[in-house]
Amino acid sequence: MQGNDACAEGAIAAECRFFAGYPITPSSEVAEHMARRLPKVGGTFIQMEDEIASMAAIIGGAWTGVRSMTATSGPGFSLMMENIGYAAFTETPCVVVNIQRGGPSTGQPTLAAQGDMLQCRFGSHGDYSAIALAPSSVQEMFDLTVKAFNLADRFRVPVFLMADEIIGHLRERVEFPDSVERIRPRPIREGMLPFEPEDDLVPGFTPFGHGHRVHVTGLTHNEKGYPASTDPDLHEQLVMRLIEKVERARHEIADYDIKNPDAEIVFLSYGAPTRSVREMLLNAPDGLYGHLNLRIVWPFPEDILKKFSDARVFIIPEMNMGQIAREVERHVDQDVISIPRLGGELHHPHDLLKRAEECT
Amino acid sequence: MSYEEWFRHDRLPHIFCAGCGNGSIINCTLSAIDSLGWEKDETVFVSGIGCSSRAPGYITADSLHTTHGRALAFATGVKMANPDLNLVVFTGDGDLSAIGGNHFIHSCRRNIDMTVICMNNHIYGMTGGQGSPCTPPGAVSTTTPYGMDENPFDLCELATAAGAHFVARWTSYHVRELTRSITLGLQRPGFSFIEVFVQCPTNFGRRNKLRDVQSMIEVLRDRALLKEKYDRLVAEGKEVPPDMFVVGNLTDRERSKTRVKR
Repeated sequence: MQGNDACAEGAIAAECRFFAGYPITPSSEVAEHMARRLPKVGGTFIQMEDEIASMAAIIGGAWTGVRSMTATSGPGFSLMMENIGYAAFTETPCVVVNIQRGGPSTGQPTLAAQGDMLQCRFGSHGDYSAIALAPSSVQEMFDLTVKAFNLADRFRVPVFLMADEIIGHLRERVEFPDSVERIRPRPIREGMLPFEPEDDLVPGFTPFGHGHRVHVTGLTHNEKGYPASTDPDLHEQLVMRLIEKVERARHEIADYDIKNPDAEIVFLSYGAPTRSVREMLLNAPDGLYGHLNLRIVWPFPEDILKKFSDARVFIIPEMNMGQIAREVERHVDQDVISIPRLGGELHHPHDLLKRAEECT
Repeated sequence: MSYEEWFRHDRLPHIFCAGCGNGSIINCTLSAIDSLGWEKDETVFVSGIGCSSRAPGYITADSLHTTHGRALAFATGVKMANPDLNLVVFTGDGDLSAIGGNHFIHSCRRNIDMTVICMNNHIYGMTGGQGSPCTPPGAVSTTTPYGMDENPFDLCELATAAGAHFVARWTSYHVRELTRSITLGLQRPGFSFIEVFVQCPTNFGRRNKLRDVQSMIEVLRDRALLKEKYDRLVAEGKEVPPDMFVVGNLTDRERSKTRVKR
């Protein structure tokens, strides 16, 4: 099965029952698969007039309490930024799939990239936090889509599945479990206000049509949900809470695997380049090189880097100009070597091995 | 029940300027909803950005105050995900026809079951009186200091051409007629579009020699031409007076529609 289809199947398994999207290469198969599958499971598919509307529609859908998703690629992702900020500020649980392609602008519609990794974290105006997952196999397209819905509901945030053209169009064997874990949003507790946070800083959810009579606004709002945009302290507290509710849980959220933690030379990768690193390790001397594969990139789990206690250097192959390498540099004293690869092709394992050997 | 029970009294006073027409339109809408016996917990109000879009914040029901121009796209998502909810959208001329123009025509085309109330004050009120796609030729705004030199949209013709089920236009003078049209629109399955010309004394009247609210409303009244009268003039081959606009139920038809309440 193709990665994009596995993503759609993951959404169906997670009980996503509303999808709004707009055709764009190389993500269209996600929408096409949802268009075929959703009506058969009692869900609804709609093709919107653009990606701005797609993002708006899934936020509307999510507020009816239905798990909602959209899928796009670079140019469409840029258009979604406005309402992604709205989703973050109004604490709307939803999933945005980005099958990344070469940018900027129209760029390389049919080729892979990881150029939107900072955009998914910082792309909408103002400060907020985000959760981003990075699948590196077709199986993970399924598994991490399910996980994305659970994280969206748990933390009431938009969650990004940051795949790329290679994984989206890759065909591999996938195993669908009989059932998947579903963590639905915590309902609001008696006597609490609709935007009053609980101890984990996440408020209980008040979907439409259930008598909550909640007012949802993209203006700075108080715990009742009412606009209060000229109160400096309230604005600061609200923005800080929205960031903190995700950042404080980053080790609970973290999802990764580690190989050879005692190595001095450590590769860090996420998404498609993980495949190049794994291939390289097969041809490298046993235990010589370490590897940290991140399935969740944001919030960045910096403490995990400390598990490589003997690390002398971190080598980071990315299909961008070193977007996550910059983040790693913020957290470690060791050397950080970024290996950018643009143009749509993966790093060759042989090239990675050569770079590693230069460090020994 | 009375329409007053639909207000969030803890949010009053509202932010509308003295003499603003929006309050009358909200009252007419809530009266129409109330007369149909709609339940608060089955009705969702959606809006974008602008003066008119503040309306849902004053209504005690689930409400979504969204981004500029996008109200109809959000409302489409709500209705597609749960067709059992009644959908009412408040918008303005700038929100709907400039930044939201694409969402507007596609919502009309889809004919999804919702009612859209557009408070057309012919200006961007919230941001301080800039020209909109509905600012009349010659009118002064902060971005048309020498008079508007572009042609305005006729939003009702646009809605009809794009496929809306029900289309009506009134002014803030015609509160009874407006309430009846909104009632009809709410009952019609499919996309109902009701445009209301409202006075904005603060940002339109002040710059266009319409200094008091009463004279603004009188101008709206005097320039409104009933659809029946307009049809008669056209049938008799007579000239329609310039500067007049047609009011009434302009379009009322059966079309294929989606997401009608089960």
